[in-house]
Amino acid sequence: MTAVAERRTAPQFSTVTRLRGWFRNPWGKPRFLVLVTWAYILWSIVPVLIAVQFSFNATRSRTIWDSFSTRWYWGDPVDSVWHDPTLRHALVQTFKLAGADVLIAVPLGVLLALGLARWHGRGSGASNFIMLFPLVTPEIVMGVSLLLVFSELFTFIHTGTLAQILGHVTFSISFVVVIVRGRLFSIGRQYEEAAADLGASPFVALTRVLLPLLTPAIVASAAVVFAISADDFVISQWLSKGGDTDTVPIRIYSATRAAPLPSVNAIATIMLVSTLLIVTLGFLAWRFLTRGERGQKSDDLGALGL
Amino acid sequence: MYRRWLWPGFAFPGILWLILLFVVPFYAVVGVAFGTVDPILLQPVPIWNPLDWNVGWLNEVLHRLAPGGIWFDVGIRTIVYVALSLALCLVIGYPVAYYAARHAGRLKGLILILIILPLWISYMMRMLAWVNLLQTDGYVNRFLTFTHVLSQPRDWLAGSSSTVIFALVYGYIPYLILPLFASLDRIDRSHLEAARDLGASPWQAFRTVTLPLSKIGILGGAVLITLPMFGDYYTPNIVSQSPQTSMIGNQIDLYFHGGPQPTIGAALTFVLAGFLTLLMAYYMWSIHRAQQDVGAVGAL
Repeated sequence: MTAVAERRTAPQFSTVTRLRGWFRNPWGKPRFLVLVTWAYILWSIVPVLIAVQFSFNATRSRTIWDSFSTRWYWGDPVDSVWHDPTLRHALVQTFKLAGADVLIAVPLGVLLALGLARWHGRGSGASNFIMLFPLVTPEIVMGVSLLLVFSELFTFIHTGTLAQILGHVTFSISFVVVIVRGRLFSIGRQYEEAAADLGASPFVALTRVLLPLLTPAIVASAAVVFAISADDFVISQWLSKGGDTDTVPIRIYSATRAAPLPSVNAIATIMLVSTLLIVTLGFLAWRFLTRGERGQKSDDLGALGL
Repeated sequence: MYRRWLWPGFAFPGILWLILLFVVPFYAVVGVAFGTVDPILLQPVPIWNPLDWNVGWLNEVLHRLAPGGIWFDVGIRTIVYVALSLALCLVIGYPVAYYAARHAGRLKGLILILIILPLWISYMMRMLAWVNLLQTDGYVNRFLTFTHVLSQPRDWLAGSSSTVIFALVYGYIPYLILPLFASLDRIDRSHLEAARDLGASPWQAFRTVTLPLSKIGILGGAVLITLPMFGDYYTPNIVSQSPQTSMIGNQIDLYFHGGPQPTIGAALTFVLAGFLTLLMAYYMWSIHRAQQDVGAVGAL
């Protein structure tokens, strides 16, 4: 009886023993990791939030906060995003490139993904290899190659919007392929085969069965392509002919090297909000279209492009 | 059920696009790098036939990169910057990915979103944010002088190597954390439990089970950020603008956007691409070996 009562009272460990126990406890949460993780998250996001804050500054300073104003968005008659033609054109050019990129790269990439996933004949290995290469090539190498090919070989294409669109599509296709092919592997072939057994022609099986099943991946890849195109700096810069063909990242780059106004923060904020909006919509569409297929968490990561 | 030509036919437009706008352009770099220069117009004259190639420019570039050459410092600096940034990225990124994959619990979804978020924030926007913070009268200097770490504000943006490495780490770390997270998240907990049941200390279990099983993620993430870092020129340009911190990418950029001799720029691009291909080949080889190791662990 007494022995049980003794055992029930809390054992009195010294602080050192408790600390060692806390440290050694294999299943407890290591507090050091919690600290590092949250510090990292703050470090990665807070500077951007401060940059967003200064886009609403009432004065010309990007370092000393005055008061809230929308001066740099449309208030200022000369230097605001709305009134400064270089900034306005940069926005238009960025959306133009991203839109064209989505319209060209997504269909090409979907077809390529289907082809590469199902074609096992001669040449399929090499095609797969070529498809993967743009993913690992540094952008400066791609930029130099495209600039030289347009100046030495395909001389009928000049630097500017067309060259930029061609360049953006070139680095975007592989992202579409990776996303769509992941989806193709996860749905397998049984639905198409069932459709064929029930008498569907290959065309019907493709358009009425496979295509709807691929829709989530197509929507997600469109969002990803839009985001990577809008964020791209190197290819846009190498293939720009200056002036109206400079995109928002190029404007931000050249502005940080000069003496920028908060209007640069404002245009960066506009791009930030648009990209996050598109990516969030793409993600929600993916979740909505794949509802009832839960339990495949890796697919959610796939939708985000990785 | 489908015709034989259907799938190759589907792949054809995309492959044709990549051949015309990825493979052929790279051959254009090779043609210019092994070409000659028009003596009057100073324009590059590419040579397309490999039998007629002129290796003079390649020799010139290799001489400049060799010890004693004018680019030797730049080459060494590039390697040191990339190596230090990679090491810092791993030191910061591994614990974050480990925590998110193993211990985040209910917060896992939220932490994952917050880790992915920087990937969707434009690189230039994130650099702009730090340029603002690091101004002489910016928040960083004000904080450091307020806490008396610095007696007076410091000009961080005037050619300091530490600022460039800091910016590289800040810019590329999200691309490392995600593959690390994916590989750590995939590890079967029962392996770890088995190690613990067999008497391994937490540290031993980490070293002998978790670390080897996440090797593929470490290598993949490292390659994913190392390759673009070697071709980076905009980060040093934004946060320093000094020749003291210029990297190989800056030299290439100079030869096309400032200098008159694209031929040397093309030869340097060719050398860089060759170097990175070697790096890539080493990576493929290590992945192959790591997969064999993991296969062995799985078989056990």
